[in-house]
Amino acid sequence: MAALLASFDFAFLITSVVKIVFLTFLVILPMVAYSVYAERRFSAIIQDRVGPNRTGIPLTLFGFKKDIQIFGIGGLVQPMADGLKFLLKEDFTPKSVNTFYYWLAPALTMVPALMTCAVLPFGSELDFSFLNPMIEKLGGTGFSAPVKSVIADLNVGPLFTFAIASLGVYGIVLAGWSSNSKYPFLGGVRSSAQMISYELSLGLSIIPVLMVFGELNLSKMSAFQDANGWLLLPFWGEGLTAERWVLLVPMVISFCIFTVAMFAETNRLPFDLAECETELVAGYHTEYSSMKFALFFLGEYAAMIIGSGLAVTLFLGGWSIPFWPFFEYVGNMIGLDTAFGWLGSSFQLHYSAGSTPFWLGLLHIGVFFLKVIVFILFFILIRWSLPRFRFDQLMKLGWLFMFELALANVILTAVIMACFTK
Amino acid sequence: MATIIVQRPKLAWHERWFISTLVKGLKITLGHALKTFREIVGGKEKVTMEYPEQKWDANLPSYYRGAPALVTDEQERERCVSCQLCEFICPPKAIRITPGEIPSDDPWAKVEKRPKEFDIDMTRCIYCGMCEEVCPEQAIYLRKDYAITGESRAELMHNKKKLYEIGGKRVGLVNKWNELK
Repeated sequence: MAALLASFDFAFLITSVVKIVFLTFLVILPMVAYSVYAERRFSAIIQDRVGPNRTGIPLTLFGFKKDIQIFGIGGLVQPMADGLKFLLKEDFTPKSVNTFYYWLAPALTMVPALMTCAVLPFGSELDFSFLNPMIEKLGGTGFSAPVKSVIADLNVGPLFTFAIASLGVYGIVLAGWSSNSKYPFLGGVRSSAQMISYELSLGLSIIPVLMVFGELNLSKMSAFQDANGWLLLPFWGEGLTAERWVLLVPMVISFCIFTVAMFAETNRLPFDLAECETELVAGYHTEYSSMKFALFFLGEYAAMIIGSGLAVTLFLGGWSIPFWPFFEYVGNMIGLDTAFGWLGSSFQLHYSAGSTPFWLGLLHIGVFFLKVIVFILFFILIRWSLPRFRFDQLMKLGWLFMFELALANVILTAVIMACFTK
Repeated sequence: MATIIVQRPKLAWHERWFISTLVKGLKITLGHALKTFREIVGGKEKVTMEYPEQKWDANLPSYYRGAPALVTDEQERERCVSCQLCEFICPPKAIRITPGEIPSDDPWAKVEKRPKEFDIDMTRCIYCGMCEEVCPEQAIYLRKDYAITGESRAELMHNKKKLYEIGGKRVGLVNKWNELK
């Protein structure tokens, strides 16, 4: 027993658990709640409305005159009220459903969506060595190396994500089938057909990216982009070579295909044929209520957030700060490094393995989530701008256009790379 | 039957592949979003009326169909003679009238009848105005009250007293279709 316990790396276990709790419960789930709120407010202003702007901390319940609005922005407590409603609603199971699968389906949508976030590098690394004296006082050894801001630093990052994310379709198909009702069934069938068609182009679209990186590890990809310019923004480091600028053409094509396929993959408009309110009532989750419906909802938005995270990591530099050589130059010109001792011996905004200051690690995490938020807002804007595709149009676009384009793009990238290697 | 040949617009390739059309659409939605965002931040929303605080009551048109109510004439006489036409025509069957005789010593004895009870179930009423249209005595009118709320079903059962309270008195020449509605 003691030998077994000794074989565990407790520092690794504890940091992993802390990372999982931080990313899933403190970041992704609140982000899901607030992206629903953002969606409602953003769609409102697109349609010249105001949106939910009243829910505040309900002090009027306790006899006060006014509800408190956080930061003076109306309705910021709305997600909490929505969540409470989901918990308190009656959880209704129709008589005709296949109960086992009916209960299993929401979990099968939610779990894969959250599992994919394991490989997302949401920051560079955090140097906790300033905690070492305290840990040593408690009898530990302290941190010997900085903690990487990724739950599982897998060497097959994108493959893992695609493998798990495509399991999400089982939840939808099972929900549609077990509901024993025609509209959910149609929604489930449509969704599976759509997933199959778009997964091909999704997978093919990132092959050129992997060829450029020569790497399947998402954290190393981010580090590469930090050093050598983003894939779509090659402005520093090796990004200033002719090869990278010519490669920008296939990379932009890749990015477009990836984004479109991601929309289809997460069942977002203009590809939300699985729920399609105008034709299928609510699609696969028509028969669901209360928390089970909420799980579908959470799964959809979590998939959206993690998809955005993946797009940001692959194409938009992950956690890296754009144009850092410029900012560093300006920062050192005005003497930031000498003015603020805590900034470290020299003011730096770039990642350097093992010697990234703590504040920069935090800044990288912030930058990553900022990019993800911008990408989600783009998702929302697209949803409220485009009409839904007809099903045959969707299939035609997927099989006759995007698949071929993605395939041609791989060859184009290979040719360009072959031309530039001596 | 005449055949109409619809002229489909000729699309350029970039329009057919959603490239320029996507940009155009995003420009429209983003433009509206930014405009409304500025209005909200500036505190002068021109788009949505914040309902309970701001109301449109002053602008209700004369033909607005709100809650149905009974009226009295200038001598405080109940106009309704409980002919029950409104009860029969009411599509959702919201009206229930119990007719009552006017005793012979009453000054209005010659009218013979008036409602003993007159109930309108506001949970059923669809504000169609057929009762008003059918009434031969011009006794029932749709008024401008629209926020009919209550905490129980019983509260939404408008009885005779409540109906006269909403309706009030109608003085002057009351013809059904004149402007004094």
